[in-house]
Amino acid sequence: MDLRRILTLARFTLLEAWRTRLPAHYLFGLALIFGAAFFFQQLAITESDRVQIVFSAAASRLIAVFVLSLHILTSVVREFNDKGLELTMSFDLRRSHYVAGRATGYLMIAFAMAVVAGAAQLIQAPAPAVLQWTLSLALELAVVTALSLFCVMTFTNFLPAAGFVAGFYLLARTLSAIQLMSTSPLAIENPLSHQVMSWLIDGLSLVMPALDRFTQSIWLVEAMAGWPALGACAVQAILYAALLFSAAMFDFYRRNL
Amino acid sequence: MRDERPLAAVPRPVLATLVAAFLLQIGSQFIQPRPVARAEALPSLPAAGAIRVASLGEPVALAQLMTLYLQAFDNQPGISIPFRELDYSRVIQWLDTIVRIDPAGQYPLMLASQVYFQVPDLPRQRQMAEFVHAQFLQDPNGRWRWLAHVAIMAKHRLHDDALALRYAADLSRLAPAAPNWARQMQIFILEGIGELESAKIMLGGLLAEGHLTDEHEIRFLTQRLEELKNVENQTPMTKNGQFSRPPKPVLQ
Repeated sequence: MDLRRILTLARFTLLEAWRTRLPAHYLFGLALIFGAAFFFQQLAITESDRVQIVFSAAASRLIAVFVLSLHILTSVVREFNDKGLELTMSFDLRRSHYVAGRATGYLMIAFAMAVVAGAAQLIQAPAPAVLQWTLSLALELAVVTALSLFCVMTFTNFLPAAGFVAGFYLLARTLSAIQLMSTSPLAIENPLSHQVMSWLIDGLSLVMPALDRFTQSIWLVEAMAGWPALGACAVQAILYAALLFSAAMFDFYRRNL
Repeated sequence: MRDERPLAAVPRPVLATLVAAFLLQIGSQFIQPRPVARAEALPSLPAAGAIRVASLGEPVALAQLMTLYLQAFDNQPGISIPFRELDYSRVIQWLDTIVRIDPAGQYPLMLASQVYFQVPDLPRQRQMAEFVHAQFLQDPNGRWRWLAHVAIMAKHRLHDDALALRYAADLSRLAPAAPNWARQMQIFILEGIGELESAKIMLGGLLAEGHLTDEHEIRFLTQRLEELKNVENQTPMTKNGQFSRPPKPVLQ
């Protein structure tokens, strides 16, 4: 019975994505990226295939994250503003079911987007590498789904939620490099402030996912990631998505509707 | 304060999942190995034309960013690479591309002559010196100061008098906008290596040209010319026209 409610909500989430032309927008974005990648391939004097694959893979990853998070944020904010949430919650439905149903629908969209991006890569990169890249993108998009849902449930407004998602994502992609820079011998002009900064960055690295280890375009052109590395990404993604979904539920339960 | 329901409104399984996931996240990140710094090779660059396209109409801004990136390349996150481990051909490719994109910029030539030239490796120093010389030939009046520095370095660091003389001669011949001290460098290098006859002719020519206007400078150079003539009269000459021992300059 509970599962049926969750699946019904997920189905409506998918239907909403279809009717707001999300697939068309995403495919149009991917087509633009592949057109630009072809242009760069023509410009390159050497390693032209490599240029094309790396550019298209890195840009596909970014546009998937961008389109998915914007879709989730606008969809939930629209539901808040149209009072659709109040209508839904007036049925015999637990709040956790609402979050779970929405999350299931968005996760399905995320996985479909990863599969489409991976299928587009199949025309230029070897299939085993593309498989790993696609799985990793799906895991990364799962984290982005959870993050977007949590932010919009917490902030309820589009702008702060979008800003937080963008900032969080950029930080998660760059935190390892920042951590390395904080240990650089050049940065010891003021030892105390340097130490404090170093602790702060180490602390941040404990509570943030290391998204720089996910979906690297170099897997498609050099060496594959290896299944243990992908397994570590999967554990990280499942753990972090669970954390964010439960945080979203926590916030949603505490809100007065 | 936001109007919120009490904490008790949150079902225990949700609370338990949140706390457990948070602790597991910290635990899993804690046991992860710290990121390890790896030295990365300087990547090759596409053609200057392609970089202009990528600059979205702001080539100078992109050139500045590329300069800063190159300058910081020896200090990659968490690791410092000695200059002697850098691929100098690649570094020169970068500097050359930056100069092509932003010909008015002096920064890449400063890096070449003052930073990358300091590497304690003769072949690399020569590579950088030749790069600066080649760039000087493109715009002598705008880039004379970097060649002047490299000419001095060629004499005192590389101990290659012929190279120093070649650079100083080009400076004197091709850069009329350079100040007199730079254009006179050739004379002092000639004097330093015992080519007193050539130095005397050049110094006489410089005074005869009438370009010098500062009376102190004219007096100083005339005095040097007289000293050179005196040395020539006192010192025996070798077969190839050089004096056996270069005289010490006498500054008054």
